[in-house]
Amino acid sequence: MLSRVGENLYWLGRYMERAENTGRIINVNGNLLLDLPKGIAPGWQPLIEITGSGDIYRKAYNDFEERNVVRFLVGDNQNPGSIISSLSLARENARTIRDIIPRESWELINELYHYARENVQAGLSKRGRYDYLKRIIRAAQTFVGLSDGAMSADAGHEFLCIGRILERADMTTRIIDVRSASLIPAETSGLLPFENIQWISVLKSLTAYQMYRQHVQARVRRAEALRFLLLDKAFPRSVYRCVVLVDESLQELSRSDGPREAVKRLKKVVKIGDVAKMSESNSALHEFIDQLQIELGQIHNEISRTYFHIDEPMQLQSQSQTSVTA
Amino acid sequence: MTIRWRDYKVEGLYDEIMKGAGRPREHARLLTRYLASLDEDELFSIQAAAELSIKEMGITFTVYSQEEGSIDRSWPLDVIPRVMPADEWRRIEAGLKQRVHALNLFINDIYHKQKIIKDGKFPREVLTKSVNFRKECVGVDPPQGVWAHICGSDLVRDSDGTVYVLEDNLRVPSGVSYMLENRQVVKRVFPELFENGGILPVDDYPSQLFDCLAALSPRRAKTPEVVVLTPGIYNSAYFEHSYIAQQMGCELVEGSDLMVSDDDIVYMRTIDGLSRVDVIYRRIDDLFLDPEAFRKDSMLGVPGLVRAWKAGNVALANAPGAGVADDKVVYAYVPDIIRYYLNEEAILPNVPTYLCIDNKSQKHVLKNLAKMVVKPANESGGYGMLVGPVSTKKERDAMARRIKKDPRNFIAQPVITLSTVPSIVGKHVEPRHVDLRPFILSSDQMHVTMGGLTRVAMRKGSLVVNSSQGGGSKDTWIVEGGGA
Repeated sequence: MLSRVGENLYWLGRYMERAENTGRIINVNGNLLLDLPKGIAPGWQPLIEITGSGDIYRKAYNDFEERNVVRFLVGDNQNPGSIISSLSLARENARTIRDIIPRESWELINELYHYARENVQAGLSKRGRYDYLKRIIRAAQTFVGLSDGAMSADAGHEFLCIGRILERADMTTRIIDVRSASLIPAETSGLLPFENIQWISVLKSLTAYQMYRQHVQARVRRAEALRFLLLDKAFPRSVYRCVVLVDESLQELSRSDGPREAVKRLKKVVKIGDVAKMSESNSALHEFIDQLQIELGQIHNEISRTYFHIDEPMQLQSQSQTSVTA
Repeated sequence: MTIRWRDYKVEGLYDEIMKGAGRPREHARLLTRYLASLDEDELFSIQAAAELSIKEMGITFTVYSQEEGSIDRSWPLDVIPRVMPADEWRRIEAGLKQRVHALNLFINDIYHKQKIIKDGKFPREVLTKSVNFRKECVGVDPPQGVWAHICGSDLVRDSDGTVYVLEDNLRVPSGVSYMLENRQVVKRVFPELFENGGILPVDDYPSQLFDCLAALSPRRAKTPEVVVLTPGIYNSAYFEHSYIAQQMGCELVEGSDLMVSDDDIVYMRTIDGLSRVDVIYRRIDDLFLDPEAFRKDSMLGVPGLVRAWKAGNVALANAPGAGVADDKVVYAYVPDIIRYYLNEEAILPNVPTYLCIDNKSQKHVLKNLAKMVVKPANESGGYGMLVGPVSTKKERDAMARRIKKDPRNFIAQPVITLSTVPSIVGKHVEPRHVDLRPFILSSDQMHVTMGGLTRVAMRKGSLVVNSSQGGGSKDTWIVEGGGA
């Protein structure tokens, strides 16, 4: 498989996941704000911080009003991470590999892109937003289903998965990071009921609430929620589970020693994290998340270096054909 | 209302199917009888079914518009085929092989000793002013001495029935994927005719093309690595590039997928590492092929590609510089070229051609502009042409000035009234003008497609068949024995 094709699949996976995740955090935040008293409501700024787009945002807007933040995250062309930008990039990546991905996948992406653009006004309105985002989230999930149900489990499929899972792990860590920074640890605040609501919303942003309830059987509290999102072995968006999935995909690829080493390092960092300490100290948590982010970046770099950006003739294919006349 | 061949008017035209009203040609008896047996709804539902399969199969071509960027359009196909008897086709096939063989000898001579010029059979100034002559290619010996491995020649039939060669496309001719897909679609909608009609198959082409390319490999590896090099998804022929790669089971690569090492070997970047490439079927024009050798600003090409080609480490099809014979002035000399290299008379005639570089011819052309077709020497796709009979005085005056300014760049030909084929127009069947583009493969062997791509001008009376300018297409049937 051509490096370019592998890379396109990888980014296709990432952009589709990004569109979905962005949709989820907007919907959950909207819900959360309805439940919190004005005084402690975090507003919309955290979403800008989660998506790491503060600099671009501040150039275009002066405040963090709901209207502006939602517009920026859903439909702003200036924001390369907006839902519409992500879908447009997903579509461009899919376009050049139409022969590789299932035809239905291409049609789905193409339709979704047009839907998102044509109905963006509904997406920006308070009333239409929920349905608009729900449709995008559903379509992104359908895309995942098609990749598993209609595409051979070959190298291309693995690149698609790796892109998706790395993006997912990245988002999980960002949500934890930003949300905890704005939450004062319960022990010191005396605002327990509201902290719980907020941790519930963190779980919901990651569709983790229901599974948390089933598997943890404890009241939602900071330490348990963190443990679940970082270390749970079965939940598909926990950092640990993501690491395992990426490693499984890498095992299917040739020459994956470098990337797998990087995955191993991340796994180690996750495992030795001191959740008890992190649940008491925001700075300990933040430091830990930083480390995870760095390791995630390393995995991306290793994959990119190994598979996508190859220039050295020394990396010759091992089974290259024997030449007679050359 | 069914088709009434008695009402089909062909006065003053050569129709490929009907000799006259109600009188089908011998080889089209079965077809005309079958079509007449359909009621109107059936014929239109067949046409609709064909259009639907084209949409479903995703057969598209790309047009570029200022407002909308590039758009994929469904490929236009008229289901009524063009039919030709096999014995007539065999003569055409022989003529095409002869022609392309001679052209390859000519190109090879031009880049080596230039004997044809020294012997006074071809004027040097035509060469020195050729925009497709590549001095970088002088002295290069491509495998088998062949430069134009894939040639698409345009054939037209005049109203007296003579088949002429209108031009030879020796650079990156396109259209063959549509020939193959048209057949797939038409087979689906006319299965009865394919059972009994003696229609010869066209689908050998991808494997012949692969063999032709593989034979050029510089290494005697068991399976040489053949790739198709495309400028990318925004190219109007991208569908074809991707289709051909798929049919041959080859990688479809873009310039950035390839690299040339310091020892002049071409590699493609794969997820398993760098992998050597032996043969490149390139669908990028010469000038964009290699920024080291040609245009420095090309983002589409591969730096060092020409270096690797000259070193004999990779084969390029078509070879850079092959376009020197794809020039409408050189075209006029093809009968001489055939005589010079093969010592034979051309089997297929050229359309009579006036070279504006010749004073006497130029005078004749300028005087008769309203009756002629004037073409720039190095344009394709029907751009920059003047079609005399439908031109305005202003257009003719502008063309006259352009000719006087740069006579080497213009040729003129009498207007050929292209032959017609019955075509579905709204709710009727009417004659529409067609041409025919067969494809000729040359390497260790030569192959000609069975028929080719028939293009049709869907506007009444129009002679412009290019799909970029509103043309349609037809399946082309070469029929054995009694005919279809």
